[in-house]
Amino acid sequence: MITNDMNVFMILVSSLLVNNILLIRFLALCSFFGLSNKVETSMSMGMAVIFVMVNASAVTWLLYHWLLVPLHQEYLRTIVFILVIAALVQFEEMYIRKNFKDLYVSLGIYLPLITTNCAVLAIAILNIDYQLSFIKSIVYTIGVSVGYTLAIVLFATVRDRVFLAPVPRAFQGYPIAFITASLMSLAFMGFAHLFGL
Amino acid sequence: MAAEKSTLRVFLNGIVEENPILVLMIGLCPTLAVSSNANDALGMGAAASFVLVASNLLVSLLRKHTPASIRIPIFIVIIAGFVTLIDLLMHAYQPGLYKNLGVFVPLIVVNCIILGRAEAFAYTNGLLRSAADGLGMGLGFTLVIVILGAFREILGNGTLTLFNTELFNLGAGFTPALVFIMPPGGFLAIGFLMALKQKFWKKS
Repeated sequence: MITNDMNVFMILVSSLLVNNILLIRFLALCSFFGLSNKVETSMSMGMAVIFVMVNASAVTWLLYHWLLVPLHQEYLRTIVFILVIAALVQFEEMYIRKNFKDLYVSLGIYLPLITTNCAVLAIAILNIDYQLSFIKSIVYTIGVSVGYTLAIVLFATVRDRVFLAPVPRAFQGYPIAFITASLMSLAFMGFAHLFGL
Repeated sequence: MAAEKSTLRVFLNGIVEENPILVLMIGLCPTLAVSSNANDALGMGAAASFVLVASNLLVSLLRKHTPASIRIPIFIVIIAGFVTLIDLLMHAYQPGLYKNLGVFVPLIVVNCIILGRAEAFAYTNGLLRSAADGLGMGLGFTLVIVILGAFREILGNGTLTLFNTELFNLGAGFTPALVFIMPPGGFLAIGFLMALKQKFWKKS
């Protein structure tokens, strides 16, 4: 668990390794299995996730604490967050396409996919649930999204090798991917209790 | 094609032919995250099924008044409304379950199964058929998640709980394989479930 009393370094370690979003918390698994066929693809997806998640966290945190809390409408957060995230991603896609051509080519098609990435909404909600301050929620978001990138790139490199291995017929395709993820998750369990987290 | 199927076929479709988890491979996050015991898995399945049926009904009811160009935001608002409802209800009446499911209750809103059914089925079908589809898909989801939860709970904890009551306990003589209720066990269990499906389930 993350709390606001923890210092920035502990939040980073916890979100990046100990509570890795993909392998320990089970969020954003659709993209984890869908987009990890190639290392380059997973890298681009990771970059797009870092970009969108940090923006979305900042905007939703401000909206919640400056708009919903003063108006006592906290129960609306699910509806507000999902709409704001969807609109934000659309807007960012248009802005990047117009002004940053190179960035658009590398991130482009992954940006719309992120709207349906449950991790973005999850982190926006967790920032509120853990009662983090603005700065700490941004740090937490950076840790989570870099952890996402780390796990998906590692997974893609492992799947590259599994692709060449003789796999029993029943396990071909997704089953072996799940077994691989299980072993990686086991490895990440090794980080448990690091620095007492 | 869909119009020719009987309502019963529509209902069974979600449980077997197009099972959301095993066949369509969607809705994975809650499936793995809350299946460490059968009781939580059942709660999650019930909550998601409720939202699925309710949103399918409302989307179907409003389908003639929903402009095609803005249908997705409308679906999302409908789904998010029902999710907020179940979130508040569960918080009030099932606080233990609510605590265990945690962030995955509000996350029902981004469960691809629900938006997928609204878009692929309820938007083009009548009330009764949409309700049947929602119920079938919901049951298909619940069935897989509860099987997974029961499997993990028995192996990892030696117990089986449903409806908040302990059905049986393997007792002190049984050494549970703790890994099954921890995150790696989730991946492992669904990997084996899918391998079984590939082995014995002929593709039509």
